[in-house]
Amino acid sequence: MRIEVVGVSRQFGEFKALKDVSLTIQSGELVALLGPSGSGKTTLLRVIAGLDWADAGDIKFDGVSASTRSVGERHVGFVFQHYALFRHMTVFDNVAFGLRVRPRKERYSNAEIEARVNELLQLVQIDWLADRMPAQLSGGQRQRVALARALAIEPRVLLLDEPFGALDAKVRKELRRWLRRLHEQLGMTSVFVTHDQEEALELADRVVVMNKGRIEQIDTPGQLYDNPSTPFVSRFLGDSNELDCHVAAGSVLLPGLDTSALPRVSVPNGPAKLYARPHDIAISAAEDGEACVRFISAVGANIRIEAELPDGRVVELTRTREEQAEDPVAVGARVGLRLYRAQVYPAG
Amino acid sequence: MSATISRLPFKPQPSVIPGFGITLGLTLFWLTLIVLIPLVSLFLKSASLGWPSFWEIITAPRVLLALRLSFSTSFIAAAVNGIFGLLVAWVLVRYEFPGRRLVDALIDIPFALPTAIAGIALTTLWAQSGWLGALVAPLGIEVAFKPLGIVIALIFVGLPFVVRTVQPVLQDFNKEVEEAAESLGARPWQIFFNVILPSIMPAALAGFALAFARALGEYGSVIFIAGNLPMVSEIAPLLIVIKLEEFSYPEATAIAAAMLVISFILLLIINALQRWAERRERRR
Repeated sequence: MRIEVVGVSRQFGEFKALKDVSLTIQSGELVALLGPSGSGKTTLLRVIAGLDWADAGDIKFDGVSASTRSVGERHVGFVFQHYALFRHMTVFDNVAFGLRVRPRKERYSNAEIEARVNELLQLVQIDWLADRMPAQLSGGQRQRVALARALAIEPRVLLLDEPFGALDAKVRKELRRWLRRLHEQLGMTSVFVTHDQEEALELADRVVVMNKGRIEQIDTPGQLYDNPSTPFVSRFLGDSNELDCHVAAGSVLLPGLDTSALPRVSVPNGPAKLYARPHDIAISAAEDGEACVRFISAVGANIRIEAELPDGRVVELTRTREEQAEDPVAVGARVGLRLYRAQVYPAG
Repeated sequence: MSATISRLPFKPQPSVIPGFGITLGLTLFWLTLIVLIPLVSLFLKSASLGWPSFWEIITAPRVLLALRLSFSTSFIAAAVNGIFGLLVAWVLVRYEFPGRRLVDALIDIPFALPTAIAGIALTTLWAQSGWLGALVAPLGIEVAFKPLGIVIALIFVGLPFVVRTVQPVLQDFNKEVEEAAESLGARPWQIFFNVILPSIMPAALAGFALAFARALGEYGSVIFIAGNLPMVSEIAPLLIVIKLEEFSYPEATAIAAAMLVISFILLLIINALQRWAERRERRR
């Protein structure tokens, strides 16, 4: 199902949680809402679900406005951050809940409900836990129950609020891959909220980066990483060096950094801000180099180096182990720095 | 090492604060002094009567009626408190409204108010000529000096118990759980009965038990509004006092012992119910 968010605003007292947000999510897409806390991502998800409402604007499901429909009538599967399982019910009863509360004439027979719940429990790989109470489950298992429960009502959309937020790192990675497979299997339009960029970039078809109630950029993970369109996205996604520089006739001037390899930038002359990924800066040992190596960390696949520019600013960069073996630099050495790729925005 | 521990079933858990021996000793001493000795002496006193005369005393019509009145009015009052206390707690927890804190503070007044004052106030209100009594009198309902009046007084003194036991549980109730039920298509009454009520049931039962126990022992507020007509509106605690004033101590203690045994059994049942509700809440 296609979801359209049209000019949605939402205000809590003085706090503007959403400011005129518009967004279209295509049928079958897996979309991440990514942003720092307070960016409005959870509010947007709740407005889509019908758990919260828009002060202005509209939500459309397949082109039909859903504003007048309550959360129960929208047929959305919602998975809560803290699972929100019914503590007094077994796993089976939790999953069956959505089927059992249906009006009598729409309700399946008990045998059908049982078959359907068992099928769902198998799908989320916890059929052996059917008789347990939620308190007896681990966090990952609870999340699976919550997901099965949401899927039980045959939702048209699956909405997940920080689905892995409360899990430890290892389980999180495992569940993430599993959710990706499940999404491919079910093909259901899914939206999830996260503040973890790694999660968003790895899992989603498209990522919506939000900041202060507005959408900063909507793009595929690769595009977002390589071509961030605003300073916020540059800062927020991945590691970046943030440097003040000068632009003159489309070329960037930054003392101590060779910028001749950069394409011409379309930024007016004058002060500007430059964002560069650590792996987009090359380093080479040079007797007359303007920069100086301050710190080297050789842990992991890449060597991480901090180099000081003539004016005292520090640039972080990485190079491969091979590069380091071919052209070694040591702490204190004079080096030349060359910039291959960067985002440049007018200052202020 | 572990073998020694397993042979000592009462080995206390190591704790940051030492003194298990001393604190347990003090606890037992205190309970014995305050609870056990009076109770035992009560039973000893009534036991000195011998079984036949004990039975004769407590099966006297006036005594039986008083016991029945006490237990039935207490039960009704506790049940009413159970339902309305839930409602009050619900409103106090769920809604923000001007004067909420004031209402919240009002709940505790029955705790703090000397019960005799409550009794006098209620009697004035519910007497045939009183503000409320005059309102219901044309309907043929008499409150003061009738069992109904007793129930009202007992509802008054028991209200805080249910509210104060349910309130914190309701406060901790996760709003997300309700939203989850809602998103699954549950209608409001289904959410209340299938999701919320099971979670607050143990607390509500505990509050009910407290209100019931309090009502059974209530004396001060009831004697004013009850009118204390023998066989009609005479509660058991009052009868005990009357017997004491007649210097028939054995009779007084016999009635007291009977009350004690019945309330003990009832509390046991309520406790079992509560355990059951709790176990249903988090089975195994």
